[in-house]
Amino acid sequence: MTTGVIFTLVVIGGALAYFAWRSLRGKEIDRRLIFLVIGATVALPLIFPLEFEHQPSPLVERIYERIEALPPGSQILLSYDFDPGMAPEVQPMADVITRHVLARGHRIAFMSLWATGQAQLNQTLNNVIPVDFPEAEIERDWVNLGFKAGNEGVLRVIASDLPKMFPTDVEGRPTAGMPALEGIRSAGDFDLVISFGGGKPGPREWILFVADPTGVDFAAGTAAVSAPELYPYYPNQMLGLMGGAKGAAEYETAFMGQYEQFADMPSPGRRIMGPLTMAHIVILALIVLGNVIYFRSRRERGTA
Amino acid sequence: MNRTLPFLLTFIVGFTIVIATFSPPLDRLAVDTAVFFSIIAVFAMILGGGNLVKINLVKITRRQRDWQFAIVTLVGFFFVLIIGLFKVGNPGGVTGQVDAPGTPFFDVYTYVFVPVGATMYSLLAFFIASASYRAFRAKNREATILLIAASIIMLGATPFGTMLTAWIPDSLDIFEVPNLHFFLMSSPNLAGQRAIMIGIALGVISYSLRVLLGVERSHIGKDGG
Repeated sequence: MTTGVIFTLVVIGGALAYFAWRSLRGKEIDRRLIFLVIGATVALPLIFPLEFEHQPSPLVERIYERIEALPPGSQILLSYDFDPGMAPEVQPMADVITRHVLARGHRIAFMSLWATGQAQLNQTLNNVIPVDFPEAEIERDWVNLGFKAGNEGVLRVIASDLPKMFPTDVEGRPTAGMPALEGIRSAGDFDLVISFGGGKPGPREWILFVADPTGVDFAAGTAAVSAPELYPYYPNQMLGLMGGAKGAAEYETAFMGQYEQFADMPSPGRRIMGPLTMAHIVILALIVLGNVIYFRSRRERGTA
Repeated sequence: MNRTLPFLLTFIVGFTIVIATFSPPLDRLAVDTAVFFSIIAVFAMILGGGNLVKINLVKITRRQRDWQFAIVTLVGFFFVLIIGLFKVGNPGGVTGQVDAPGTPFFDVYTYVFVPVGATMYSLLAFFIASASYRAFRAKNREATILLIAASIIMLGATPFGTMLTAWIPDSLDIFEVPNLHFFLMSSPNLAGQRAIMIGIALGVISYSLRVLLGVERSHIGKDGG
C-alpha cells in the first residue's frame, strides 16, 4: 500500500469519523462539507490509484466466452450509442471489446445511432486500433459505417437490408465487396451484435428492432443507471450485459488475464473503480448517519 | 386541408408499417418507409437548429432572465456549425472527413464538449450524496425495504461488496453481496420492469391507434384538434 493510498484512506476515514461524531451528537452535516468530502473521495483515488480485485460476473463472462468461442474471421457489429456523459463508464467497455475482437482475429463493423457516438467511436479508431493493431486493415478487418439519423428507423432497415442504409462507409467508400462485410445482407447475418449505450435509442431498441426479430446473438454494455431495465431481456434475448464501470473493469480483468501481450494496456474501467468504490462507501455511510440523526430526533420528539 | 392532409399521411404511413410488419411479403415496403423516416429525421435536425436559434434570439432581444447565456449558446452553435459545415482548418480540405483528428471540429469536440459533458454528468455524484443523506431515511416499512435494497445494489456495484462478504461459507453463498445483488436485479427488479414494460406497451398500442385513426390529433398542432 503506497503512501498516497494511505493518505487517501486517512482523509476519507477522518472525514467519516467527523461526520459520525456530529451525527451522534444530533447535529446535521453541512451540505457544502458533504460536497467537499465527495470531491476529495473521487479526486484522491484518481491521483493515488486505488486498485481492487475483480471477478467477472456471469453476465460479463458470457460475452467474453461468446467472443472466445467464435471462429476467427467472425463478423461482429459494434454500435456506439452514447455521449460524453456516459463515456467514462461505457467507452472502456467499447475499447476493451474492440481489442478482444481484433485479438481473436474477428472482423468489426462500427456504427452509431447517436451523433455524439460517431466521435466516441473515433476515439477507439484513433487510440486503440493504430496503437495495438497496426496490422489491422480498414475494409478487410474493420469498417466504420458511421452515424445515421433516424433512431429506430435505422434499426428497422438494417434488420432487413443493411446495404440499403449503409451503401458507403463513413468516408464514402462503397460497402459492397468489402471483406469486413462479406456475406452480410442484414444485421441478422452478423455473428454477434453489441450495443454500447444507456439512452434511447440504445440496447433496448436494438433488442426490439434487431435482436429479437432476426435472432442474432446480442449483448450490451450500458451505464450502471440503465442496467436494471435491461435485465428482463437476459438471458434469452440478450446473452450478456456489462453494467457500468464495474462491467468494464470485469471485462478488462478477464481479457488482460488471458492475453499476456495486453497485461499492461490502459485499463480505465479498473482505474475508475477506485474512486467509484470509495464514493459508494461514503454515500452509504452518509445514508447510515442520516438515519442516525433521524432516529435520534424521533426519539427526542417522542420523549418531549 | 391543414387537418386532413396530416391525418391522411399519418393514417397511410402508420398502417403501412403495421401491416408490413405482420406480412413478410410487404417487408420491402416497410423498409422503404423506414428509409423515408431516416431522411425526414435529417430535416428534423435543421428544424431543431432553427428552433434553437429562434428561441435564443427572442430571449436576447427581449432581455429575458439569463439572456446572457443565450449569447453563449448561439456563439457556440454557430462556431461549431461553421467549422463543421465549411470544414474550416481541415487538413483534407472540403473533401476531408469532418471529424478527422487535428481538425478544429475534432478539437472542439474532444477538448470542450467531452470534458464539459462528463463534468455535467459527474455533478450528479455531489447531489446524490447530499440527497441520500437528507432524504433516504427509514421512515416506514416501504422506505426501509427500499433503503436495504438500495444499499445492497450499491455495495454490489463495487468490489467492496465482494470483499465484505467473502468470508461467508459456500453453503450460504446466496448471502454474499454479489449474489444478493444479482437476485435483486434478476427477480424483484425484473418482475417490476416487466410489469412496467407491459403497461407501457399497452398504453403505446392504445395511443398509437388513437393517432392512426385520427381520434388523437395533438401532434398536428393547435389547429389539429
